[in-house]
Amino acid sequence: MSDKSNSKMKSQVSSTTRRGALKTLALGAGAASLPMWARYAQASTSEPIKIGFQVHRTGIGAAYGRWYGRTTEAAVKLINEGGGINGRMVEIVAEDDGTDPKRGAEVVEKFANQHGCDVGFGTLFSHVVIGSSPRAGELKLPYFVVSEGHHVASGMLNRYTLQPGITDVKSQVQAMAPFVAENLGKKVTMIFPDFAFGHDHRDFFTAAIEAQGGEVLEHIAIPPAETSFTKYFPKIPRETEVLYHVMVGPAVLTFVKELGEFFGPSRPEIFGFIDSLEAVDIASPGLEYLEGTYFWEGNPRNAQEDQSAHDKFYREAVGVDARGASVNDPSDVSTYAHMFGCWETMHVIKAGMEAANYQGIGDRAALIEAVEAMGEMPESQAHPQGAKLFNGKTHQVFGHQYISKVEDGALKVVHKTSIEDGMYPDEVDYTTQGF
Amino acid sequence: MSGAGRIWGLHLGLIAVLFALQFLLPAYHHGNLARIMVLASYAVGYNILFGYTGLLSLGHALFFAAGMYGMGLGIQHGGLSPAPALVLGIGAGAVVSLALGLLALRTSGVAFMIVTLMFAQAGYLTILYFGEYTRGDEGFVIQSAQRVLWGIDLSEPSNRYFAALVLFAACLLLSLWLIRRPFGRTLIAIRENEERVRMLGYDTQAHKLGAMVISGTISAAAGAFYGLLFGYAGASFGAVPHSILPLLYVLLGGAGTILGPFMGALFMFYLIDLSSGVTTAHMLIAGVALVLLTLFAPQGIMGELRRRAFGWLP
Amino acid sequence: MLATLEGSVTAAVLALTAVGLSLVFGVMRVVNIAHGEFFMLGAVIAYVLTRAISGHPAVGFAVALVVAPVLVGVLAVVADMTILKRLDYDPERTIVATIGLLYIIQQLTLMSYGPDARPVEAPFNTRLALPWFEWGENGLAMYWPWGLSTTSYKLAVIGAAVVLLCGIWAMMARTRIGLVMRATQADRDMAQAFGIPVEKVYAMVFGIGAGLAAMAAVLIVPIQQAHYLMGADPLLLSFIVVIIGGLGSLPGTVVAAILIGLSDGIISVFFSPTLAKILATLLVGLVLVFRPQGLFGTRGV
Repeated sequence: MSDKSNSKMKSQVSSTTRRGALKTLALGAGAASLPMWARYAQASTSEPIKIGFQVHRTGIGAAYGRWYGRTTEAAVKLINEGGGINGRMVEIVAEDDGTDPKRGAEVVEKFANQHGCDVGFGTLFSHVVIGSSPRAGELKLPYFVVSEGHHVASGMLNRYTLQPGITDVKSQVQAMAPFVAENLGKKVTMIFPDFAFGHDHRDFFTAAIEAQGGEVLEHIAIPPAETSFTKYFPKIPRETEVLYHVMVGPAVLTFVKELGEFFGPSRPEIFGFIDSLEAVDIASPGLEYLEGTYFWEGNPRNAQEDQSAHDKFYREAVGVDARGASVNDPSDVSTYAHMFGCWETMHVIKAGMEAANYQGIGDRAALIEAVEAMGEMPESQAHPQGAKLFNGKTHQVFGHQYISKVEDGALKVVHKTSIEDGMYPDEVDYTTQGF
Repeated sequence: MSGAGRIWGLHLGLIAVLFALQFLLPAYHHGNLARIMVLASYAVGYNILFGYTGLLSLGHALFFAAGMYGMGLGIQHGGLSPAPALVLGIGAGAVVSLALGLLALRTSGVAFMIVTLMFAQAGYLTILYFGEYTRGDEGFVIQSAQRVLWGIDLSEPSNRYFAALVLFAACLLLSLWLIRRPFGRTLIAIRENEERVRMLGYDTQAHKLGAMVISGTISAAAGAFYGLLFGYAGASFGAVPHSILPLLYVLLGGAGTILGPFMGALFMFYLIDLSSGVTTAHMLIAGVALVLLTLFAPQGIMGELRRRAFGWLP
Repeated sequence: MLATLEGSVTAAVLALTAVGLSLVFGVMRVVNIAHGEFFMLGAVIAYVLTRAISGHPAVGFAVALVVAPVLVGVLAVVADMTILKRLDYDPERTIVATIGLLYIIQQLTLMSYGPDARPVEAPFNTRLALPWFEWGENGLAMYWPWGLSTTSYKLAVIGAAVVLLCGIWAMMARTRIGLVMRATQADRDMAQAFGIPVEKVYAMVFGIGAGLAAMAAVLIVPIQQAHYLMGADPLLLSFIVVIIGGLGSLPGTVVAAILIGLSDGIISVFFSPTLAKILATLLVGLVLVFRPQGLFGTRGV
């Protein structure tokens, strides 16, 4: 009994301290957030332009997020060294979204309502874009995504969401079909992840190759989060001439290695999207068989012989060597085929703000109209990947694609598609929507 | 009488405060609170099963997703207006929870946890499998034009706040009413000692099934509202981490307390939101919170308050 | 045929991982949700060690094979002493606490090791085209130009797993430690009354369980890669295996691992892979509902 009362006394003692601690915590939280409202309530033109950067620091997108971050920083550094935008410095407000659509939407709210950001920027993974975009539209926050999803041009999103820095999957896939049919073969087997991104590849490429007189013999869908792949490969039909593969996620290297072990010395032509090897060293053990295979690249990872001055400049600014790895750590391979989109989008924001004479949040609509009116974007330091054509109605940019062949362990560009190869009829006209 | 008056006064008071806050909060926190109220409703549903009946489910995302997709697919492919779509979503949650209840309640303890986890995982994969309709992991947008309920545009901030408040108030008061009824008291008795309740002649299986369906239906309502208020339905809301979320809220706020789910959701949301400005390690914070809570405060905020100061709290 | 071989590798690694989980459940009656993270840690440590040790890849790999399980085992013992012991091994609270542990380990790995998937070079790796593949073919014209092959390393993994599993069986059946464990498993209070230090046994079992997961991961990491999210799949599969095999039954676990490992490939031949996963998951749920003692187990849950 005495034992019990004793423990009761003890718990009372600790209860006061814990309640005290809670109170302090609550006060601290209040104190931490209060000045923020105050600070961001009054924005004047002398303040920097704030760009909310929605970045995948955790979750499945983390490997991409890091390089998206580096590219964005390099672009902002360059812009600020050149005097900023309309005389104002650019400030990046980065928030992790955990590669999760729920948190993504919350982060967009935070950009718009708490940080007072001028625009939101930089999202890669499609589900985060689609989850966040409705909130961006409602909060009237211009939302510049770098996602390569077809979601923008499909008309699913809204007037405030734009993709001016990277082409979409539909355009990329469609532009590949003629090369594949003419040079590699007409009987194709496709391997792709069994979710929306892979389904886009399946649907758009199947249609595009049929338009070229080819056919897809077999669609092999790999379930999400699969870690071993060999068991799916026996489904590849023997008459396959070209194997088309695209894979994303942490297990991509396993996928490519097992593909090599499966085929051994005799293989069909192989055409892959570099997504299957993004952030992976092509000289990794087990990948020797890739010699002589082809890859789509958004932007050539290896510096080419005829490298443009713009690519050279961009590569140095971001800190990437001629092999596409970090200059500080050769084992840290970049997501070179995608991350240029951050650089170019940042420059589009700059050009748009300058054209609209952007002064503050009230000019957001003018900024969007200015970007919608952009049209042609010539190859330049702002667009090192190549010339682009922005479709103001669908809010989607179109550009060149690269097809590279693996030679001596390096990716050598063998074909550059024209912008027209990737064009398709408009599916939406966002300009009919109000602001 | 004074006891009952005090209890109803407290809860109606909270709702009144939430109503008043709508006019006081700055935009950011106004939006957050709307979200927290919907998430807290999810946790209120979870609490009925976990807190009051003592059944720990690891599969509540299944119900949340049933509500969200029942509503979302109804609008997207069925061409429904929001009101019948909400009913469809909530109904889907009721049916799914009834079916899962009939199966999973044949087990108990650890097996119950794993069975609910497995079925929720199967449900998540099903969303991916029917990607043609659900757009798989990407999910789909419910356009603002499709979110006008009886002439009220739910994409407008104060309307959204009000809708979230109505949902939360309904769930809160329902759960309060429920546990003060004989049915609710029987649930608590089952949590404490199921064998004895059965000996006393109660049909414990039917009571547990009832708790499961009510819990699942409330969770589905939260899912349906979430999709409608924030304009998006996606598979990540059916994945395992989203099943753990209400468990975290309820543990933090206090399992088996009426206000616990709300307090838990509020604290956890701001804990992550404030910390994400400093560090990206929200998972770490959630993990440490879980471990510390189970170690030192298994009864959560409201549970500790009740134990130490306010014994009358329901 | 290829599915069978691949299945054997899966089964071998799965059996090791699942035996660890099963051991923990059998003796301690707790479910360790963080088991997959111990697996992941094993792989990550293997990567770090093989990078740190120069020379022939086999040297670093051999070191990793010993050091990684020990390190992970020690970590698990610490977790057991600081967390699980205080919870008095209450099954439900342990699950919640190990979910917390899962988040902590994952995040710490992300913050220190990073988000990339990194390869570990196998100590030896020769591609073996299997000669008996050609038996069934009628003439060279019909020759399937690619397909059936494996690597020497994959065969070695199967061998190593068999040796390890025999070792565990011998430990449980023949040594004093095994006797103590079995006694604790049979009746905790009785064991305590006979002077067995139950808490130490628990800590040790938890450590061995985690160590087995780590060892399985070291074996698999030259085939797959070390990545901070890699623990989820082994966890789910181990669960399935332990449940089908009967919770806490070691032979049942091994049989179930072989069954699942082999059938995994075969099921996916008949159904679309995602559908196969849905069916497998539902099946496990239903097995637990209708045969809670598992297909081979004799005890209830």
